[in-house]
Amino acid sequence: MNAFPKKPASPPNAVVVTPEDRSFLVQSYIPEVSRGVAISMKHFFANTREMLRGERPDPVTERLDPGISTISYPEQKRPYPERFRGVHRLTVRMDGKSPRCVACLCCSTACPAQCISIEAGEYPEGDPRHGYERFPVQFVIDELRCIFCGFCVEACPCDAIRMDTGVHAPPYDSRDQFIYHEDALIGFTASDGTRATANPRHEPGDPTFPGITREKIEH
Amino acid sequence: MNTSDLGIQLLFTLIKILLMVVFVLSVGALLTWVDRRQSAMIQDRIGPNRAVFKIGKYEFRFWGLLHTAADGLKLFWKEDFIPPNADKLLFGLAPFLVMAPVLVLIAVIPFGDVIDVHSITTLACSGAGGHPLTVDHGACVDAAGKVVAGVMPVRIWPAIARFGTPSITTGPIALMIAPLDVGILFLFAMAGQGVVGAAIAGWSSDNKFSLMGALRAAGQMVSYEVTLGLSLVGAMMIYGTVRLDDMVRWQGEHCWGLFVQPVAFILFFAAAVAECKRIPFDLPEAESELVSGYFTEYSGMKFGLFYFSEYMEVVTSSMLLVTVFLGGWQIPFLHPDGLSVELGSATVFSTALPHIWVTILQVVTFFAKVLVVCIFQAFVRWSLPRFRYDQLMKLGWRMLLPLSLANILVTGCVVLLADSATDATQAGLKVAMDVSQGLTALLVVALVVKGVVAMLTPRKRSPWIVGTSARQAFASGGTTESRMQA
Repeated sequence: MNAFPKKPASPPNAVVVTPEDRSFLVQSYIPEVSRGVAISMKHFFANTREMLRGERPDPVTERLDPGISTISYPEQKRPYPERFRGVHRLTVRMDGKSPRCVACLCCSTACPAQCISIEAGEYPEGDPRHGYERFPVQFVIDELRCIFCGFCVEACPCDAIRMDTGVHAPPYDSRDQFIYHEDALIGFTASDGTRATANPRHEPGDPTFPGITREKIEH
Repeated sequence: MNTSDLGIQLLFTLIKILLMVVFVLSVGALLTWVDRRQSAMIQDRIGPNRAVFKIGKYEFRFWGLLHTAADGLKLFWKEDFIPPNADKLLFGLAPFLVMAPVLVLIAVIPFGDVIDVHSITTLACSGAGGHPLTVDHGACVDAAGKVVAGVMPVRIWPAIARFGTPSITTGPIALMIAPLDVGILFLFAMAGQGVVGAAIAGWSSDNKFSLMGALRAAGQMVSYEVTLGLSLVGAMMIYGTVRLDDMVRWQGEHCWGLFVQPVAFILFFAAAVAECKRIPFDLPEAESELVSGYFTEYSGMKFGLFYFSEYMEVVTSSMLLVTVFLGGWQIPFLHPDGLSVELGSATVFSTALPHIWVTILQVVTFFAKVLVVCIFQAFVRWSLPRFRYDQLMKLGWRMLLPLSLANILVTGCVVLLADSATDATQAGLKVAMDVSQGLTALLVVALVVKGVVAMLTPRKRSPWIVGTSARQAFASGGTTESRMQA
């Protein structure tokens, strides 16, 4: 065993490292310091000019440009992506106020965090929807407990719950404030500010109603 | 000197003290803001801008200036904590020992040329028919010595003779608080006192970090004091005086110290930054090693005094730099009697200006130059890393000190040569000095023009739309610019 093994040959693609530049100019600091200060000045004057002219690069669309791309948070916000799962909302029927939810409990069953609580109610006798569907007397989501997985949206058979508000859960100072009831959930709109949907709802009694009831199934 | 003369001198001295002290204090406070916002601009950040002043529904942010005021107010409300084992007397005394020399320094710094109150305005007559009239005891007198009736003298702002005017009743007023003959020697004596305060602060705090910081401060300041003094010896040899106002006058007549003493300028600048204990020489208060050095244990307004005197030191060292090397109050080609562009013995352009406006312009120029140097110091501060302590000492003793000694030797030889040179060479030197004045003026004008042009040119941007959020932002016209930006 050789105590001092021979140094292996350098690989053919080895990069030769030039020794540190210790010339007089480098040692005297002055040129290097001037270069450093010049870079600082370049940034300073360019950024000050943009501030004064109000020409800062857009922090989202021009984020690769040189300049200050800070987002001044509460005033400026980074737009969320289209598929962002924000705070839930309950979609409404054609009347614009009653929830489309039929209280089937699919969402609360699918929810891995068990943050949805629904109390179902039966329509009164004589209502065309009696015996056909139910309605939520109480629909509660605990936004603190929610993990924003989107399973509730996937599970819903009626397109009644969505997470397209584009709003993250705002910071509150008590836990009660994170518990959203049905009125609050119906109040939210989609991120574009509308409640428009591509899925029109056909109520029993409407001409477009497909005519499927529990008693009679015909196509 | 009669009593009214004394009164006027006293009044003017009070005004001068007020002007200088208010300038140093306010610029010292402003520099904390400059440091924050300038560093932000250098590092592509926005910087502090949230302190707000509300009147009704209107909000004033003043580009973050209010943070400085808020900091000052906060320091007054903080607890004034004294460590239990600290030396109470010295602990309380140290902040003042640091602050006082800085304030005293400004007494001998001239911020304008000598003014004569009576030469600012004078009575003059405009005679009928173009006959020159003189003023005698408030009446117009013609060449024959007869009082001309019907013509009253009017008060005008004349152009005075260059370099000194005859005194009428009041002696000329030098625009410096204390026109001391020892001049720059007084500066060295006072600048050296700062280290006493730092050392006492560190010693009396009963804290290892403080003591380490104090030792470093003492070692560093004593080492760099030597270079600071010796680098100015060359300048003194050339100017032939130790009075700061005479130095500035020499620079006005010949050329700025920067051009005759370039090496001394760099040495002095480095030593001055080291004296201010600023980056890259901030070892006495190196945050990463010593918390905050010799004033670690200080709180409240005592800490504020240390912090503030450091910024004031920046202002006073900038004032000294401007006075000795950057022409003080001098503007190239502007003389007390007006603007005259001269190259050697040839006059290119000449126009008379009222003395009062020249004086005001010069005082404003002096303060503007000081501000520019302060901002430049901030650029240096935000560009360079800190030295290691042995590097600092090596730089001080092995590079700056020998260089300043060599500078003295070379300056001596050059001064001897120039004095014994032929008239033609002397004339050539004069032309070269006038050219340097012209180049300075051109450079400043060019920089101002470049700045204005750059301000007016809009910038081209290249949007980079990748990802749905960027697409969404682009579709809605970009992330809206908020009012908070300034």
